[in-house]
Amino acid sequence: MRGEEKGTAKGLQVHDTGEDIIILEDVHKWFGDFEALRGINMRVKRQEVVVIIGPSGSGKSTLVRCINRLEQHDQGRIIVDGIELSHDIRNIEAIRREVGMVFQQFNLFPHMTVLDNITLAPRLVRRWPRAKAEQVAMELLERVGIADQAHKYPGQLSGGQQQRVAIARALAMQPKIMLFDEPTSALDPEMIKEVLDVMIELARSGMTMIVVTHEMGFAREVADRVVFMDAGKIVEEAPPEELFAHPKDPRTKEFLAHIL
Amino acid sequence: MTPKSIAMQTRRQLLRDFLTWLKENLFSPWYNALITIVSAAVIYVALKGILHWVFYGAKWGVVTTNLRLFAVGPYPTDQLWRVWLALGLALVLGGLSWGAWGGRSLVALILVIPFLVVFWLAPITPAAKRNWTVVLFLFVLSSAVAEFVRPLRKPLQKILPFAWLVAFFVTLVLLHGFKGSQRLPLVETGLWGGLLLTILLAVVAIVLSFPIGVLLALGRRSSLPIVKLFSIFYIELIRGVPLVTVLFMAQIMLPLFLPPNLRIDKVLRAMAGMTLFAAAYLAENVRGGLQAIPKGQYEAAQALGLNYYQTMRYIILPQALRAVIPAIVGQFISLFKDTSLVAIVGLLDLLSIALSVIAQPQWIGLQREVFAFIGVIYWIFCYAMSYASRRLEVKLGVGVR
Ligand SMILES: Nc1ncnc2c1ncn2[C@@H]1O[C@H](COP(=O)(O)OP(=O)(O)OP(=O)(O)O)[C@@H](O)[C@H]1O
Ligand SMILES: [Mg+2]
Repeated sequence: MRGEEKGTAKGLQVHDTGEDIIILEDVHKWFGDFEALRGINMRVKRQEVVVIIGPSGSGKSTLVRCINRLEQHDQGRIIVDGIELSHDIRNIEAIRREVGMVFQQFNLFPHMTVLDNITLAPRLVRRWPRAKAEQVAMELLERVGIADQAHKYPGQLSGGQQQRVAIARALAMQPKIMLFDEPTSALDPEMIKEVLDVMIELARSGMTMIVVTHEMGFAREVADRVVFMDAGKIVEEAPPEELFAHPKDPRTKEFLAHIL
Repeated sequence: MTPKSIAMQTRRQLLRDFLTWLKENLFSPWYNALITIVSAAVIYVALKGILHWVFYGAKWGVVTTNLRLFAVGPYPTDQLWRVWLALGLALVLGGLSWGAWGGRSLVALILVIPFLVVFWLAPITPAAKRNWTVVLFLFVLSSAVAEFVRPLRKPLQKILPFAWLVAFFVTLVLLHGFKGSQRLPLVETGLWGGLLLTILLAVVAIVLSFPIGVLLALGRRSSLPIVKLFSIFYIELIRGVPLVTVLFMAQIMLPLFLPPNLRIDKVLRAMAGMTLFAAAYLAENVRGGLQAIPKGQYEAAQALGLNYYQTMRYIILPQALRAVIPAIVGQFISLFKDTSLVAIVGLLDLLSIALSVIAQPQWIGLQREVFAFIGVIYWIFCYAMSYASRRLEVKLGVGVR
């Protein structure tokens, strides 16, 4: 299986990174004079679920967005599934095919039906025939519990339903990694659970996930590791029980005191 | 109560409702009543004058005698079948489009009837009457085909845009013909005129300026500095000069840029001028639409692995263009009216035909009739465009946030 995949990555230099599917080495990112990421080192194993927490402006979104090149890091290395992110557009596109992303604001395409939202990328990028794409899309909609909404437009759905469509849309590309940037922050409280349930099921199915969220229940239930960030740096990381019960750094303590 | 008295009662009720409506909407408070009365008086006086002039005062002979001139200008009479054929083609496609996008053929029929009546009453040759009847009938028939042959609809919606594009080029070739050809002898563009030329100028400018305008709008937001600079320079340059200037420039300057043996004629140069002019304005309209698209739409598309072209083609442009349909159609409507400026560079469009007709000694003093007539013609086309755009907006309105 691995060998076959290496064969398809035409002309790309593929690193053998063993268990680690995501590697960040000393990653820095500036917005003008402001340094948003200040030397991030992080490794994520296959099938691992990592939750990132931290105060507003600490660089959580920036970190996640660097992994699929929605932001460009200025220094250091990022290797995703053996491919190093560089200026080479082929590298970027290869990585984006393997990495799904779910946004706080859903970002569904409002001019397309739910079904078209989901089938678009597989048909254009993976070159699947329509029938196959639609079959996969319907299975995914079944999985996230809204198969009956397939022919509606995003504007006709509730926030929770829209976010579940967004998850299905990302999954339709059959990514190896899923990134979530505060997926429940824009939702009314009664809809948070339906989205979290989908994410929990996904985590249990063995998906590699990086999730920025302040839903501590979710972290406790499925996270292998919780990463606390502050001011562009990783301050502390540990399994959820440990980090929540015995935070070491005073900043972690203070932050947890605020949200727990 | 007898049925009769019930009927009486409902009638009285209706009358009372009507009076209440009048009172609420037109006569209260007192100053609204005043406005209503004054406007009614003004409308009465104006309408009376106009109608009296239309039916008793005006000498329509100047229009009816020159109908062919207004329609096609000096296009050779023995080649007119080509214009009819082009018209038939356009109306067949029009009918198919009407039906394919949910228009009712019954409505098409009702729409066609006043035109039929006008053409049958108009003092035109029996052949022209027959041809009008045939092409209008084709319009209704093809709309019925698209409406009632259900399985045709989806494929039609796919094919029709291309069919229109092909028909557009076919029409140009058909009207122009070939040098030395027996069947399709050359009709120089210098002989194209009247409403035919006006429509051709507008259609060419609209069809060609659209892709150029979209490209310029994208170029203006491009991250490539040269592309961006060129787009900004072009747009701002064109928007800074009046259309008349662009038309003169096209007449005088264009030949300087082209090799001397490649002589392109006046009409083509005017078309180029109008297209280049319209493209700059269109680009600004499209840019407005692009700016309204949230950044998240680009990011979602990128995160899914779509490349630049796919992102624009499937995500950004459909939303951006939909948002600016009213502005674009508004621009096309003024473009249609602006074709009248080509009279200045010596083309024989509808307006200049009108001017040349009233300059003839036998029609002296009949400007009003001629201008009223071409005014109505311009209005019919502009109104049809604005009506079509409103329908399009409604059709595309589904699912917009
Ligand atoms: N495009 C940008 N231009 C300039 N500064 C930016 C940009 N994006 C982020 N920043 C800055 O970088 C810092 C980190 O932003 P980031 O969005 O990663 O924070 P975050 O941890 O996700 O915060 P939040 O919890 O509010 O989402 C912030 O100070 C922010 O103002
Ligand atoms: Mg954030």
